[in-house]
Amino acid sequence: MVAVTNIGRAEARPPLSVRSRLRRSVGPDIDGYGFILPSAIIMVSLVVYPFGLAVWYSLSDAFIGQPASFIGLDNFIYILTVDDIFPKVLRNTLLFAVISVACKVFFGLICALLLQRITTFKRFFRGAMLIPFVAPTALTTLGWWLILDPTYSHINWILKHVWPFSEMGLGPYQFLADPTLALSSVIFVNFWRGLPFFVITILAGLVSIPDHLYEAAEIDGASTWDKFWKITLPLLRPVLAVVILFSTIFTLADFNIVFVLTRGGPMNETHLFATYSYTYGILNHDIGLGAAVSLFLFPILAFTVIFLLRLIRRDTAYEL
Amino acid sequence: MSSDTATMPAMAKSERTSLALNRTPMWRQRKKLANYLALLPYIAFALFPFYIMVITSLKSNQEINNLSKSPFWATGITTDHYVYLAQNTGFFDHWLLNTVIVATVSTVISVSVGTLGAYALARLRFRGVEMFGVAVFITYLVPQSLLFIPLINVVNAVDSVVPIRDTYWSLILTYPTFLIPFVMWLLMGYFRTIPVEVEECAYLDGCSRLSALFRVVLPMAMPGIICAVLFSYTLSWNEFLYSLVFIQDQAAKTLSVGVFTELIRGDIYYWGSLMAACFTGAIPIVVLYSFFMDYYVSGLTSGAIK
Repeated sequence: MVAVTNIGRAEARPPLSVRSRLRRSVGPDIDGYGFILPSAIIMVSLVVYPFGLAVWYSLSDAFIGQPASFIGLDNFIYILTVDDIFPKVLRNTLLFAVISVACKVFFGLICALLLQRITTFKRFFRGAMLIPFVAPTALTTLGWWLILDPTYSHINWILKHVWPFSEMGLGPYQFLADPTLALSSVIFVNFWRGLPFFVITILAGLVSIPDHLYEAAEIDGASTWDKFWKITLPLLRPVLAVVILFSTIFTLADFNIVFVLTRGGPMNETHLFATYSYTYGILNHDIGLGAAVSLFLFPILAFTVIFLLRLIRRDTAYEL
Repeated sequence: MSSDTATMPAMAKSERTSLALNRTPMWRQRKKLANYLALLPYIAFALFPFYIMVITSLKSNQEINNLSKSPFWATGITTDHYVYLAQNTGFFDHWLLNTVIVATVSTVISVSVGTLGAYALARLRFRGVEMFGVAVFITYLVPQSLLFIPLINVVNAVDSVVPIRDTYWSLILTYPTFLIPFVMWLLMGYFRTIPVEVEECAYLDGCSRLSALFRVVLPMAMPGIICAVLFSYTLSWNEFLYSLVFIQDQAAKTLSVGVFTELIRGDIYYWGSLMAACFTGAIPIVVLYSFFMDYYVSGLTSGAIK
């Protein structure tokens, strides 16, 4: 009893130690800062600082091996008004991202639905589907480079030697030398590489949809088509949004496929932000313009992220 | 089954169901076969470039250059291109070795640093923890193509203290920039699935925070850690841009860049050795993947399904 009344009296409490006062202001687990310190140091010195440096470069006339001075927005103005390749870069990046992500969603959904239904050789089929995504992109793209080479192209060979194509007199196509075909080829290879990510993630989303929803729908007399539109697709929407988010970001920022297949050619027709920025910054040594080009990517990425995250949040709210 | 449906109120429907049940075997088998047949184009599409790599790498130059012969098949098999890779290029001596070293060291660094950070972000309560979580997500989304130009400057700055320029150490320094956010983001999800009570028990038994982490939490999060290791290794193995930008010395190159810059010479392409190199460079990762497929799948999907 005595002890209880003692605790109740405020003036009897000893003054707070430094440690507990710290605890009050920063939370109970002060050692948390120690845990995140190594990653914070690396992230600040190798991501945040370089990002700031990129912003500074874009506002300067930095050139490899020369001191840089501040020139304001001149680089951005040059890119937007004088540079006649940049509009193509913008167009290519948008076409590249939109077409390739749309194809990945469409074919990924079909392939995932097919994979979900099989029982024998399940692991083999699923495993084989994912290989393009884990194998080194630069090396597999070199494989596609051979397949699309004008002289050695396997597609041109089929068009020339295999009936009925041989009768049609099609080709040989210059897959990487004709501007439209080159952009299509690059999108196609990106589609090949990115499809597995969609298939596997959508498949996981399909598996997580509870069976009883389908059973209930069947009792109500729903057709397969109804079940797809009314159950599968709405419940897959959050998964689809996340997959589309990641894929769009990595497709927008893609470097390897375009660089290996076309190096931005023919006549700069297939450049993306990353390859164009490489051309300026590394090949032409103009770091300022290179950084400015790559920074144009940032608002586009931010817009995509915010837009898709909103979509995801709305979906979660809808589910609750 | 049919007696169950018969007891249901909708009699007309149950009749239809039993009719359907009578003819299922044949009908269902056909549907199953159609399912497999529909999948075949997808599998063929996914594996096509690998098949082309193997077939081309096993053909003699003469056969490759004979354009009237089918490029889809080899009539004589030769290992010349693989021998050439081993004897005349830095493929096995330098590029493969460098890639293994870079992937291993940057994986070890990123997973250990990332594990500590992810644990703090998932479990501990301190001011700013949400902000750090958001920061990790944002850095995860910052692509390499936005950072490679300023990172040249960082590499040069470090180079003035320790010589790392044009060596694989520049890659070991820079790869954690995309590995750590990924590892943290992946492991935060895993740590959250482990019940807090387990840790509280460890504290009651007198464990400190670190010993609770190493003795209780990490063993339970092992699938997540393995997943993080596999992904870090794969991402480092496949990295191309930083390696292309930071390394010019032939002997310091990694696989992807070595093959791309050293094996494509002039206007006449040596397709045989090029395809042999592409195939050999992809094998280790594909083999690793085939052994740990489930971890890869769970790593890919953990972010999307939650």
